[in-house]
Amino acid sequence: MKERVVLDVSKLPMHDMGIASPAWWGTCAFMLIEGSGFALAIAIYFYLFSLAPKWPIDAPSPDLFAGTVLTALLLASIVPNILVSRWAKARALAKVRIGLIVMSLLAAAPLALRIFEFPAMHVSWDENAYGSIVWTLLGLHTTHIITDLIDTLVLTCLMFSRHGDNTRRYGDVEDNALYWNFVIVAWLPLYVCIYWVPRL
Amino acid sequence: MIEDRKRPPLTDDGLDDSVLERHLSQTWSASPGFWGALATVDHKVIARRYIVTAFVFLILGGLLAVAMRIQLAWPEARFLDPDRYNQIFTTHGSTMMFLFAVPVMEAMAIYLVPLMVGTRNIAFPRLNAFSYWIILIGGLLLWISFALDAAPDVGWFAYVPLSGPEYGPGKRADIWAQMITFTELSALAVAVEIVVTVFKQRAPGMSLDRIPLLVWSMLVMAFIVIMAMPAIMFASSTLILDRLVETQFYNPAEGGDALLWQHVFWFFGHPEVYIIFLPAAGMVSTIVATFSRRPIFGYLPLVMAFIATGILAFGLWVHHMFVVGLPRLGESFFTASSMAIAVPAGIQIFCWLATLWLGRPVFTTPLLFVIGFIVTFVIGGLTGVMVASVPFDAQVHDTYFVVAHFHYVLVGGAVFPLLGAIYYWFPKMTGRMMSETLGRWAFGLIFLGFNLTFFPMHILGLQGMPRRVYTYQPELPWAGLNLFISLSALVLVSGFVIFFIDALRSWRSGKPAGPDPWSAGTLEWATASPPPAYNFRRIPVVEAREPLWSRSEGLAVTKGLQVDRRELIVSSVVEALPEARESSPRDSIWPFWAAIATSLMLIGSIFTPWAVVWGSIPIAVTLIGWFWPKGTVEDTS
Repeated sequence: MKERVVLDVSKLPMHDMGIASPAWWGTCAFMLIEGSGFALAIAIYFYLFSLAPKWPIDAPSPDLFAGTVLTALLLASIVPNILVSRWAKARALAKVRIGLIVMSLLAAAPLALRIFEFPAMHVSWDENAYGSIVWTLLGLHTTHIITDLIDTLVLTCLMFSRHGDNTRRYGDVEDNALYWNFVIVAWLPLYVCIYWVPRL
Repeated sequence: MIEDRKRPPLTDDGLDDSVLERHLSQTWSASPGFWGALATVDHKVIARRYIVTAFVFLILGGLLAVAMRIQLAWPEARFLDPDRYNQIFTTHGSTMMFLFAVPVMEAMAIYLVPLMVGTRNIAFPRLNAFSYWIILIGGLLLWISFALDAAPDVGWFAYVPLSGPEYGPGKRADIWAQMITFTELSALAVAVEIVVTVFKQRAPGMSLDRIPLLVWSMLVMAFIVIMAMPAIMFASSTLILDRLVETQFYNPAEGGDALLWQHVFWFFGHPEVYIIFLPAAGMVSTIVATFSRRPIFGYLPLVMAFIATGILAFGLWVHHMFVVGLPRLGESFFTASSMAIAVPAGIQIFCWLATLWLGRPVFTTPLLFVIGFIVTFVIGGLTGVMVASVPFDAQVHDTYFVVAHFHYVLVGGAVFPLLGAIYYWFPKMTGRMMSETLGRWAFGLIFLGFNLTFFPMHILGLQGMPRRVYTYQPELPWAGLNLFISLSALVLVSGFVIFFIDALRSWRSGKPAGPDPWSAGTLEWATASPPPAYNFRRIPVVEAREPLWSRSEGLAVTKGLQVDRRELIVSSVVEALPEARESSPRDSIWPFWAAIATSLMLIGSIFTPWAVVWGSIPIAVTLIGWFWPKGTVEDTS
């Protein structure tokens, strides 16, 4: 087929960040999938709540301490998270390295608190449907924290390697920060459901 | 690989066509041999595997249907025992829905979307390779269990309590549930690839109003997958939890609820129908335009109808549950929404008819299948409006009327357009034409056989024959029609046999097709048949909705892409203005190992919850291997 050249793309960058990066859109699509999963889990929580004559079923309301500290910690981690994202945008390698170490610690700390959240429910997953759904909500969110922790650790190693100083890696750091914000935002309605709805 | 960086980058600017092709082919081709085949990330190769695999599952599922028809041909037959019959109808339905219909539609998207939007590979090509291995292993899980006489026996929607711990001993229901997890994981992965390919990899100039209708339909389908599939993954996982670690989601004695299963299943299950139907609607729109020799009538209304269908699809699920005793207001709402979806369906039908009416239709095999589709789908749609009414549904629920209805919608609405699409795109995929004579025979026998087989089922249903019974007594007035249906099924089968013979024969020795045998308008016909590994020698620039029909002097193309690394153009979402020369990942064996690790974890978790813990470690290792940069030129920026 005959061709006629009408556009020269040689001056375009070899990679771009944010909405010009397919990886950013991929991250958004996965957040939409997981967000749908969380929304559905919350809908099921309220469905079971609407059926039960008394909620929580055969258990006192959960203890607030561990969950509330975890929520505060997650919210506090937004600040360094946004800073890391900005440093990545500015391609400041040294700051990004330090920021990622901090974020790795801040992703690991909630896991320590999460260990105390499960017993704070005062119900086991196999006692009744209330126990099943709160354990599932906690478990679902915990897998997200673990996933992001592993992501962040691998990314930290990468930034200390010879592959670190690269627009693609800075884009990865930004996407990872975006995902951590998602993990935090997704937790807030779960926190309200798990800890405050039983107190209504 | 590192030394690649020291050479100055080589672009396509000023290169001879033949030199350019040699460079591109070197950069984009998969390595030869067994490991090269496992590692390839070429969307066309993977789509071809998907399509062949899906059709093998269609044959297997079809054989099960034949076995059921033999058993039901006369009263109190002893061809199958009740337990085997239960396994067969469960495996038939699950195979057709999860291992044939959804994957084959996604496979068509994997093949066609990158070509139709004018790019060199699908977005996230390694994820694409991963998704294929996952669905293959999920399908093997179901069919190996069937071969071992341990297949699921709880129906393709596995209602609790039948599938729960109390009434479903053994591992049969777990195998069903985990097969679901496999197929949904794969479908979600492909949906993400389609969304990002359509959003970000369209050829420069392909603004939203120039996207081919097939691509629009695949995009809406991908969004439905993204919103609906988490529901079924939640359902299948909680079912396994109830069975394995005694959670109480579906146990009414401990605050759970059996109807919760139906809600969650159908919140996915109804959109599933549109996951299958929308791609078919895209295929029909493409075929109708090409063979009417004119642009489609009502492009904008069709796009709007696709999107409206996608949204309304989520407001219908309760119409599968009319007989469970829901509040009257709820039933009325879902009756209204079920009837409302007939509006976008009607718009589509009228646009296709108008295109045919205003054009000069050429009645080739693909168009015959489309016309067969319109007739069959309208009948299925009409019985759909009937069962949307609660009092009528209460009468025919769980009878053969419903079996007839959904086969009209699914076979009529999806398989007919799919077969038309295979005849239409076979030349592109293989470089060879299928036989027009055999195609007409296949269409005639399939259309006739289908209607003779399934239309009488409406009557059987009205006469009260329930679905899923393995036999019936001679005193009941069903024997004559059942024998007629079983004999008609042979006509249907013979049509499919001819189709498969034609496909195999044409693949080996069909007439060479050339790049554009149908004089079609969309970009996939602008390259060779089959397309080279890099799809297009130069990425096209789109100046009209049907770029190949409106070109004046040659196809508008770009220059300036690098040819010594896998490179394609990333463009803006709305106007498709070029934004970057993005690299596309090289072949990798890691997606294969990641799929193996994921499969071990998923299958292990049927037996012990600890599989999730220990199984995560190899998954993490393979994913790190997958994403860790290898210092190739693709990693430069």
